Amino acid sequence: MAINPKKTPMREQDPKERIKNFDEVPFGYTEEEAILEAERCLQCKIPKCIEGCPVNVDIPGFIKAIKERDFDRAIKIMKSTNSLPAITGRVCPQETQCEEKCVLGKKYEPVAIGRLERFIADWDAKRGMVIPEIKEKYDIKVAVVGAGPAGLTCAADLAKFGYDVTIFESLHAPGGVLIYGIPEFRLPKSIVHREVEYVKKLGVKIVTNVVVGRTFTLKDLFNEGYKAIFLGTGAGAPQFMNIPGENLLGILSANEYLTRINLMKAYKFPEYDTPVKKGKIVAVIGAGNVAMDAARSALRMGAERVIVVYRRTEKEMPARVEEYHHAIEEGVEFLWLTCPTRYFGDENGWVKEMEVIKNELGEPDESGRRRPVPIKGSEYRIKVDTVIVAIGTVPNPLVARTSGLKTGKHGVVLADENGRTSLEGVWAGGDIVTGAATVILAMGAGKKAAQDMDRYLKEKYIYKKEFAWASI
Amino acid sequence: MFEITHKEELCPTIFLMKVKAPYVARSAKPGQFFILRVYEKGERIPLTIADYDDEEITMVFQTVGLTTYLLSYKEPHDTIYDIVGPLGTPSEIHKYESGSVVLVGGGVGIAPIYPILRGFKEAKNKVITILGARNKNLLFWEDRFSKISDEVLITTDDGSYGKKGFVTDALKELIDRGEKIAQVTAIGPPIMMKNVAELTRPYRIKTIVSLNSIMVDGTGMCGVCRVEVGNETKLTCQDGPEFDGHLVNFDLLFERLRMYKSEEQLAMNFLEEKRRLLYGHKS
Ligand SMILES: Cc1cc2nc3c(=O)[nH]c(=O)nc-3n(C[C@H](O)[C@H](O)[C@H](O)COP(=O)(O)OP(=O)(O)OC[C@H]3O[C@@H](n4cnc5c(N)ncnc54)[C@H](O)[C@@H]3O)c2cc1C
Ligand SMILES: Cc1cc2nc3c(=O)[nH]c(=O)nc-3n(C[C@H](O)[C@H](O)[C@H](O)COP(=O)(O)OP(=O)(O)OC[C@H]3O[C@@H](n4cnc5c(N)ncnc54)[C@H](O)[C@@H]3O)c2cc1C
Ligand code: SF4
Ligand code: FES
Repeated sequence: MAINPKKTPMREQDPKERIKNFDEVPFGYTEEEAILEAERCLQCKIPKCIEGCPVNVDIPGFIKAIKERDFDRAIKIMKSTNSLPAITGRVCPQETQCEEKCVLGKKYEPVAIGRLERFIADWDAKRGMVIPEIKEKYDIKVAVVGAGPAGLTCAADLAKFGYDVTIFESLHAPGGVLIYGIPEFRLPKSIVHREVEYVKKLGVKIVTNVVVGRTFTLKDLFNEGYKAIFLGTGAGAPQFMNIPGENLLGILSANEYLTRINLMKAYKFPEYDTPVKKGKIVAVIGAGNVAMDAARSALRMGAERVIVVYRRTEKEMPARVEEYHHAIEEGVEFLWLTCPTRYFGDENGWVKEMEVIKNELGEPDESGRRRPVPIKGSEYRIKVDTVIVAIGTVPNPLVARTSGLKTGKHGVVLADENGRTSLEGVWAGGDIVTGAATVILAMGAGKKAAQDMDRYLKEKYIYKKEFAWASI
Repeated sequence: MFEITHKEELCPTIFLMKVKAPYVARSAKPGQFFILRVYEKGERIPLTIADYDDEEITMVFQTVGLTTYLLSYKEPHDTIYDIVGPLGTPSEIHKYESGSVVLVGGGVGIAPIYPILRGFKEAKNKVITILGARNKNLLFWEDRFSKISDEVLITTDDGSYGKKGFVTDALKELIDRGEKIAQVTAIGPPIMMKNVAELTRPYRIKTIVSLNSIMVDGTGMCGVCRVEVGNETKLTCQDGPEFDGHLVNFDLLFERLRMYKSEEQLAMNFLEEKRRLLYGHKS
């Protein structure tokens, strides 16, 4: 049978329509489409795709099960390594992970692994998720700080191991970036709620509105009887460029913009009370996923023009390819090799123009990417009324500052490959350790830490107890 | 859900509420604040912790816009949807050998200086309080302050109580009479805090102000609360809310407080509708 060179297409909302709403853009595969796509997989003896997956999902295994219409087996295989497939199926940068390695990709388009992942997760949700039985339960309390992908994954695994787990989250809703950052049209919040419900059904308690470092310190938690702590507080603190005029009205961080829209539902203002600025000409600084999300949100909020301004070229852009294409289809403009240098305001303090400078690419820097070098005298001005700064985030210093945790460059918490930090009984993982990275890496770190915490707790509290009992 | 245990109208437009929030109450320190959401679709707004014991926090707020109005309609036994805190860096409190501590409260800013005053008194300082309001009706807690302060001075804009004039006039009198002042802490409308800072600047009296920027998360995540202090950008929610008044760029603060003015006005048009939605069974 000849292999279809192209991925089975996924139907999507028409760009002209979708920029008027916040509904999810792609519709997902039907069963028939999923099976058609699953049939493209060669079932390689040495499956390269697995190597590309940060948590080593048995990709040919679950695809084979889909092909055989054994969806129950497919989801079991998936969930044995990835507990949030409905989320990763939607937001993982597959083109630089599993799909990049897929052998089919050498000649044709790779297997649409992400779409299949999403299909099987949605199938599982439709039938009602199955909660695994927890065999052994220990009377040992463990605290997880932060309810993002790292914290949720770590908590879920610890609960499955039998511990009494409580997550402390500073916002009023769990989910981390999935709930406050990534917009509805890319990751419907109902899916995040569903995954959070699953974690709760495993017995995990989630206490919102608790800021660790302020409401409780790590010491307080140990005093309350928690035997181990996992920190998954992410890298949520926004960075600015510190250029003249950056505090003018109308210049906001992508975090503020997206938090107002997603967490506070400002796109439904005034039904919801929190407003957000509706710019007419919006510039977004940066070209990662955060920038794409901000730019596409701005269009949906009614902007006439949205311009993404990035200091390197399309080739170095860190955003997922799929989202970049979506942004182009929707009419977002891109200014490559361009960097803002200052902002000018009107008499009321609102930004009205930004000055930018053109760059050329020089020698590679430590990241291996060619360094942008400003071209002298190439400055010019652009009219704008809103600027969204999306140049990256760093870990919030609060927890480290109040606990004496060792930190490194940009305030990341230092931890070994199992997530152990400089403080006994404290693990960390996800963006707080790596700096802003990806959902799947954060989940992988949560998982790894859970295994190491299990070893530590068993050694320190469970085996010891058994020995003590045996020696009587 | 956080239960309201007590409510009082201190004076027209200013309300006091006590709420059961043990986590917040047990960690609270002078100078800190919390963030609340009145109902599920509500906005997150910051309010200062005006007092606290082991179980409850006290807040004092003025009705200025949608959220504070909706909050003012709540009664004891009703609940507040979310409360998160304590937030912000606590006030720096220690014993001064060099002189007295003057606490200046204007309008609703009278409430947040109370825990700071108590802190300085417990640290064995001489404390002088200056309270200012537009008129006699808008003044509250004189008795509370009198109990702790070594001296209380009161001003009203219209002269209906205390001395006619502004808090800055009373502060100037103190300075003129030769009172040795080690520190001034001023909390109130931004323009009042600016004027206090301008008054003390030539005398080089350390002056602390508590900035009331617009906030969303209150933990350092969104960046909306940024202010300029000594030409550096700082986050009010994390580095503050207290800053050196002589270094604050007040003009920028005034501007940034106007950021969502038109949206706030629009939201007020829905006040009655939202009130019915939330409290339909009562009014
Ligand atoms: C707009 C946006 C779009 C993105 N798009 C993608 C994408 O398409 N694909 C992808 O793979 N990755 C994407 N990312 C990156 C990805 O979301 C992150 O790498 C991932 O969420 C990190 O997970 P985490 O659990 O480490 O932290 P977070 O998701 O940041 O969660 C941390 C949680 O801890 C809480 N917290 C923080 N401090 C405290 C405290 N002191 N006490 C209690 N709780 C605290 C926070 O409120 C938050 O809920 C995106 C990020 C953003 C911002
Ligand atoms: C750290 C901190 C502590 C605070 N403590 C208190 C407190 O103890 N008691 C109290 O009454 N208020 C306090 N505030 C101010 C309070 O948060 C605002 O009054 C509140 O957010 C207004 O919400 P709203 O929806 O009712 O009105 P909005 O609709 O948001 O605003 C209505 C009007 O009030 C003005 N306004 C909005 N925010 C502020 C502000 N921060 N300061 C001055 N004017 C404003 C607006 O310009 C607008 O015209 C504090 C603010 C901060 C940052
Ligand atoms: S590399 Fe591609 S074709 Fe081979 S098993 Fe993996 S998904 Fe299938
Ligand atoms: S309120 Fe968001 S950073 Fe201060």
